[in-house]
Amino acid sequence: MWTKSQHFKGNRYEQEKLLKQSNTLYVGNLSFYTTEEQVYELFSKSGDVKRIVIGLDKVKKTACGFCFVEYYIRAGAEHAMRFINGTRLDDRIIRTDWDAGFKEGRQYGRGKSGGQVRDEYRQDYDPARGGYGKLAQLQRTTEVPLKF
Amino acid sequence: MSRRRHSDENDGGQPHKRRRTSEPIEIEDRLESLICRVGEKSTSSLESNLEGLAGVLEADLPNFKNKILRILCAVARLLPEKLTVYTTLVGLLNARNYNFGGEFVEAMIRQLKETLKSNLYTEAVYLVRFLSDLVNCHVIAAPSMVAMFENFVSVTQEEDIPQVRSDWYVFAVLSCLPWVGKELYEKKDVEMDRLLNQIDGYLKRRQKTHVPMLQVWTAEKPHPQEEYLDCLWAQVQKLKKDRWQERHILRPYIAFDSVLCEALQHNLPPFTPPAHSDDAVYPMPRVIFRMFDYTDAPEGPVMPGSHSVERFVIEENLHCIIKSHWRERKTCAAQLLSYPGKNKIPLNYHIVEVIFGELFQLPSPPHIDVMYTALLIELCKLQPGSLPQVLAQATEMMYMRLDTMNTSCIDRFISWFSHHLSNFQFRWSWEDWADCLTVDLDKPKPKFVKEVLEKSMRLSYHQRIVDIVPASFSALIPAEPLFQYKYDDESKSSLPGYPMAITVSNAIKNRASNEELLTILKEVPNPNQEDDDDEGDGFNPLKIDVFLQTLLHLAAKSFSHSFSALAKFHEVLKALTETDEGKLHILKVVYEAWRNHPQMIAVLVDKMIRTQIVDCAAVANWIFSPDMAHDFTRFYMWEILHSTIRKMNKHVQKIQKELEEAKDKLEKQQHKKQKDSGDEEDMEKNNSEDEDGQLEEQIEKLQEKVESAQSEQKNLFLVIFQRFIMLLTEHLVRCETASMDINTCWYKNCIERLQQIFLMHHVTIQQYVGTLENLLFTAELDHHILAVYQQFCALQL
Repeated sequence: MWTKSQHFKGNRYEQEKLLKQSNTLYVGNLSFYTTEEQVYELFSKSGDVKRIVIGLDKVKKTACGFCFVEYYIRAGAEHAMRFINGTRLDDRIIRTDWDAGFKEGRQYGRGKSGGQVRDEYRQDYDPARGGYGKLAQLQRTTEVPLKF
Repeated sequence: MSRRRHSDENDGGQPHKRRRTSEPIEIEDRLESLICRVGEKSTSSLESNLEGLAGVLEADLPNFKNKILRILCAVARLLPEKLTVYTTLVGLLNARNYNFGGEFVEAMIRQLKETLKSNLYTEAVYLVRFLSDLVNCHVIAAPSMVAMFENFVSVTQEEDIPQVRSDWYVFAVLSCLPWVGKELYEKKDVEMDRLLNQIDGYLKRRQKTHVPMLQVWTAEKPHPQEEYLDCLWAQVQKLKKDRWQERHILRPYIAFDSVLCEALQHNLPPFTPPAHSDDAVYPMPRVIFRMFDYTDAPEGPVMPGSHSVERFVIEENLHCIIKSHWRERKTCAAQLLSYPGKNKIPLNYHIVEVIFGELFQLPSPPHIDVMYTALLIELCKLQPGSLPQVLAQATEMMYMRLDTMNTSCIDRFISWFSHHLSNFQFRWSWEDWADCLTVDLDKPKPKFVKEVLEKSMRLSYHQRIVDIVPASFSALIPAEPLFQYKYDDESKSSLPGYPMAITVSNAIKNRASNEELLTILKEVPNPNQEDDDDEGDGFNPLKIDVFLQTLLHLAAKSFSHSFSALAKFHEVLKALTETDEGKLHILKVVYEAWRNHPQMIAVLVDKMIRTQIVDCAAVANWIFSPDMAHDFTRFYMWEILHSTIRKMNKHVQKIQKELEEAKDKLEKQQHKKQKDSGDEEDMEKNNSEDEDGQLEEQIEKLQEKVESAQSEQKNLFLVIFQRFIMLLTEHLVRCETASMDINTCWYKNCIERLQQIFLMHHVTIQQYVGTLENLLFTAELDHHILAVYQQFCALQL
């Protein structure tokens, strides 16, 4: 039960092979305020971390709620999938997924507004992820008149 | 054990072999699934499920006998928490098919021999226990089991063997008795008495030097940390006094007694324990971790006593469940909480005790530390009304007993507690711990709280920590992790490096190259030099200071920025740290600049080792240097040291592996040549000789590399141990001359840190024992220090 990531260059078989050899995890649902240091501290608990790449808003170049964690050996990533995935960082339940490997360019959000796609369309209010989703923000500014 | 799922997905483009009419494979999968699942939650009773399954398997024996044998042997080894379910199943099969029973017993004996050869001693115990429970199922005749036990115990008479070898054989026998003691005594009481007497004699004469090194608490109260064999012996003695009445173990075979007692039994073939060999790695001795007793569970069922056999069985089963399911925390938690017979015991207390027992186990936990944190969180999720309270109670108890807790265990307590809190919004009744504010900050309780807050800050941020603790705790709050720039403003303009710092800063901002910077740095005066140094290339502390302070300041924004900076100016840094003094000084500068951000220091030291700007020995010397004495007992220092040692070890292993692979390659090539010789043309012969020559040269180079790495590794340990000995001897002598008690907080910390080096790296250190004994741990050494070395040696004696 996995779907080929939309922008992966190469067929499904190649992606599966890369995932099976990967030492890199994608980490999602981070707060915009979560720092590289915090990610390091948490993910070091499952193995020595080689590198962290914080995901950035393409326009603002500020953190937009995801990152990549690369380990020196795969076992570190496996343990993270087992014991850190689904636990909390900055009070938020974070999600980890196998990643085919960081490539330049992949550190940017792919949403129209510059952040992640999920923040374009969501309707809830999440103060740690810029408040309302981008579309909802637009709707709000057109609907609700200023009261002062 | 994998439960295979039927997934015939054939994704487009995948070179999969499509499964053809794979009926036999499907049946085998089904059999495996049926066998693995029996005993789990079901609408039918366990008895009827076993009966049904026995019928199915009996019918499949003609076609799938070997597969069934293999599966049953596997569950005996890998699902020990369901021992009696499977022995009953085997009993039913044996009653229906005597030959099958015999073949199964033979297969088990073969498997036992293999596990012993492969140093899988924990699994071997499960196999022996399985065999012994088969006596209860009328599959194996009691006298032959007793004979096997006699052979096991006779290992205690072997000469020149490590104690851990005879320990294991005695443990294997004793640990079966809760299951089969009654039956064996009924049939062979004279032999059993003799056996127990032999064991008693052995236990009395075996040495226990290792015990203090493995105890979580040094105090005897409220619960003694007993050596595992002593505890088990006491439990067996009590069981014997109770005439082997054991009521906790689930015994499905009792319901089938009428069927089983009609069965013919088999005799175990005579089993000689495999002889001792040098590659045998026997299990380490352990200490039984106890933190609860019957006074701790306020209501509900009573906790069985520490010397009751029930306590042993419960703990064994819970350990087995964790061993089987540790990779899947949700399953593990669910399995723990559905322990059969849970209504008669305070299960939450047992679970928490067993989990902390594993987490605090010395030398190291059976599984990675973070697993236990994740498991406890899952358990809290599944039992939100009861488990968190038991966990809080346990935390409180451990806090109260910090004074006598082993430093390595305190480390793990700190890491666990801060990580756990970070999953629960750091909610804790800190005011309950206000007593820690009334004593010196270097005492265990305030020290613990300080370290917890520091680790909690790493998982969050400084203001968060300020917000979660009462104002009275402000002295324990960590410093804000900010860079301390030496040359930050004009008030520092009188410092000798100040003008240079500005030049360097501007140069870096203007993208100067490594070469350009080195040229600039040539102008930095050398405070150590009175005469002129012609090249200006010798060790110049001011040069290092100016460059690194400035560089790190510019890159202070994040770890990534700092790593980039180190990478970009690697050339300059290497040049500055050619000498040992240079390496030591760069560490000093890093510390000075980042002294309020220990996490940053740790990651920078890590990077500098990996990029060979400093070496491991330099880090060790820095940690033990007088400049760092004030931080000597802080957790982060030891994280850095152990991480450094681990990197050294991994480096040696990596090169050794490369060497092995090259040797294998050469062997294969030569083997191939032998086979092909005579078929080759001359041209090919020359080529392959070249290849061989190249490989041989490569192997020689790798051999040198390995020797050099091992030498570096040995040197690292020598440096560390030497420094420990110097520090500890100084303290002991000082106390003696002043007639002071040696047992200060600092001393306890230091001596336990020395123990920790031995414990955490015992496998590696084992190689260098000869050198250590000749050079460092000699008889002239103060006995307090020598005792640690002797305890370490006793671990595998």
